[in-house]
Amino acid sequence: MNNSARRVLQRISFVALLCLLTATASAQDWIRTGTGLGVERVRLAAADFKPSNADPGNTALLKTFNDVLWNDLDNAGIFDIVSKSFYPLQEPGQPSEIIFSAWNSPPPNTSMLAFGNLAVAAGKVTVQGWLYDVKNEKSPQVLGKQYTDNATDNAVRVIAHRFADEIIFRLGGGVAGIAESKIYFVSDRGGHKEIWMMDYDGANQQQLTHLGSISLSPRISPDGSRLAFSSLVKNSWEILMYSFDLNRLVSFPRFGGTNLSPSWSPDGKIALSSARNGYPNIFVLEGSGGNWRRLTNDQGPDIAPTWNRKTGSQIAYVSGRTGLPQIYTMESDGTNVQRVTDQGYAVSPNWSPNGQFLTFSWMRKYGPGEPGSNDLYLMDIASKQWVQLTHDAGRNDFPCWSPDGRHIVFQSHRSGTDQIWSMLADGSNVKQLTFKGGNSQPNWSWK
Amino acid sequence: MKHATAGMKRWSSLTVALGAILFFGACAKKVAPPAPTPPPSPTAPTASLSANPNTVDAGQPTTLTWQTTNATDVSIDGIGPVDASGTRQVTPTDSTTYHLIAKGAGGTQDATARVTVNAAATPPPVTTSNATEEELFSQNVKDIFFDYDKYDVRAADQGSLRADAAFLQQHANIHITIEGHCDERGSTEYNLALGTSRADAVKNALIQAGISGDRIKTVTMGKEKPFCTESNESCWQQNRRGHFVYER
Repeated sequence: MNNSARRVLQRISFVALLCLLTATASAQDWIRTGTGLGVERVRLAAADFKPSNADPGNTALLKTFNDVLWNDLDNAGIFDIVSKSFYPLQEPGQPSEIIFSAWNSPPPNTSMLAFGNLAVAAGKVTVQGWLYDVKNEKSPQVLGKQYTDNATDNAVRVIAHRFADEIIFRLGGGVAGIAESKIYFVSDRGGHKEIWMMDYDGANQQQLTHLGSISLSPRISPDGSRLAFSSLVKNSWEILMYSFDLNRLVSFPRFGGTNLSPSWSPDGKIALSSARNGYPNIFVLEGSGGNWRRLTNDQGPDIAPTWNRKTGSQIAYVSGRTGLPQIYTMESDGTNVQRVTDQGYAVSPNWSPNGQFLTFSWMRKYGPGEPGSNDLYLMDIASKQWVQLTHDAGRNDFPCWSPDGRHIVFQSHRSGTDQIWSMLADGSNVKQLTFKGGNSQPNWSWK
Repeated sequence: MKHATAGMKRWSSLTVALGAILFFGACAKKVAPPAPTPPPSPTAPTASLSANPNTVDAGQPTTLTWQTTNATDVSIDGIGPVDASGTRQVTPTDSTTYHLIAKGAGGTQDATARVTVNAAATPPPVTTSNATEEELFSQNVKDIFFDYDKYDVRAADQGSLRADAAFLQQHANIHITIEGHCDERGSTEYNLALGTSRADAVKNALIQAGISGDRIKTVTMGKEKPFCTESNESCWQQNRRGHFVYER
């Protein structure tokens, strides 16, 4: 791939989104948008990896590996993936087995081919993977990787995620993939609302807290080491802290009263809503819990602060100071307050990793006689132009950006219960990630 | 000159026209209504009722004083028909709200006066245990309800609030927690903030009514602990409340 093509790819998501926002300035309700619109996506084939020895343990692990790799590449949203039905019968397990003409001309007619092999030996699994530019027969190799780990399903899953992320990083304009990222959320499947986590694709769902109370609003720190959330402790809403270094709750000051919706700044400070001065207002404190500073000073109620993740210099939040909740922005010292939504019921803002966009939940046409549904929207902060991402699909809330800025995870009631779903940031490729109990308030790791 | 006359003519005709408009306009108002003198519209009755003293120990009398105007039919609940104005001595056994209704040709007016009876001195409540006090609490203290997305105490709930404050004044050792609740609509986090504001609004109203803030704790429940789980307005109204919890 040449440099100019790479530069184009680098700006696919952001430029295309901006163009679309401009194009939809007249605010139609229904428009199909796309992150890669107008730009040709890289055509990519992913051959099933092959066993490289006769170990009986290969079969199950190969299935996991091939499924996870395919799913990751498909989820990435930047490829034109060649359907497996077009693949030649002879799929390569290593470079010497490639027949270029079988791949670089129709029917597959692919530019890129991912392939490789897997073998189990003595309790270890070894995976070799390659990415070839099959239209460049003289110097085809873009990527060659080898991984070794314990021969477990989970280890193979992680290897597949890593290989997928290598491919996405190379072909996606240098934006790191998200296959190894995590999503934190609230689940009541055990009878109480507790904090859970899972892989970005819904695999490996595991319970983090066992408090038997009501725990809400999990927010992971930028470095991924600590998770802040709010929990009802003896008639007070306290901020609690879970450490991934120690894999347990760690001490954090108890403030008493009502402390809700913590949010991390890029440099590790916490913004939250507290009623310590009477009304629920927005405050900022250090990651240690000290040095409180008050940012809003009104009857509110003010809630759900979210930092500009790129600059750390702005905070968006929700306030009911004029009636139904609206979204506001301010500098991180509380100055320059601006209202960004003009009507309806707007909540749960979340700032994109590049600092340009807010996504939030909006019942835009709220009022008597208006059916109104909670849909997710994307707003360009500079121009305040917005596009609607979900349509006619139940109540949708708590959107949160993926680290690569190409995906959004959210809570939706479209299946009849609250569950966690993900989609591309243009509203396409919607996938359900949770199914058991009620699941809500997803928060995506920063990397 | 000719020219000037024409101008004068135009001006004078304009003046006449304007004057006519003003004259007839003004006249129309003055002249139209005089013939049928309207029947004297019945004046709405007025009523006032007070009790002195308004707090007594059990067995002690208090005096009700009332005054009404333009009323043909005056009665007080529990006493019956009374004169248009007067006084009467009463000895209520429990705290009582006396309710006076004055009816006249112009409508109905009512007035109330509350007599608080201190039960402490009377013999029966000596056996009062905490359980009984808690029972009294749950029988007497009424939750405060809210409109959608609002956290101000409605006029319709001021009566409940006054009664709650009166009960808490009589039972000075009771501590309470006010839970702020919301209906299922809207976002989890915003509802927690709204519930905070509702609980605080009830607390502040009680403080206004003379209850010490030290006796009152608040906590928001947002939409996490609904009283009613159906998706209709009557159920939602049940869930939009400040709920009193007995803490002793």
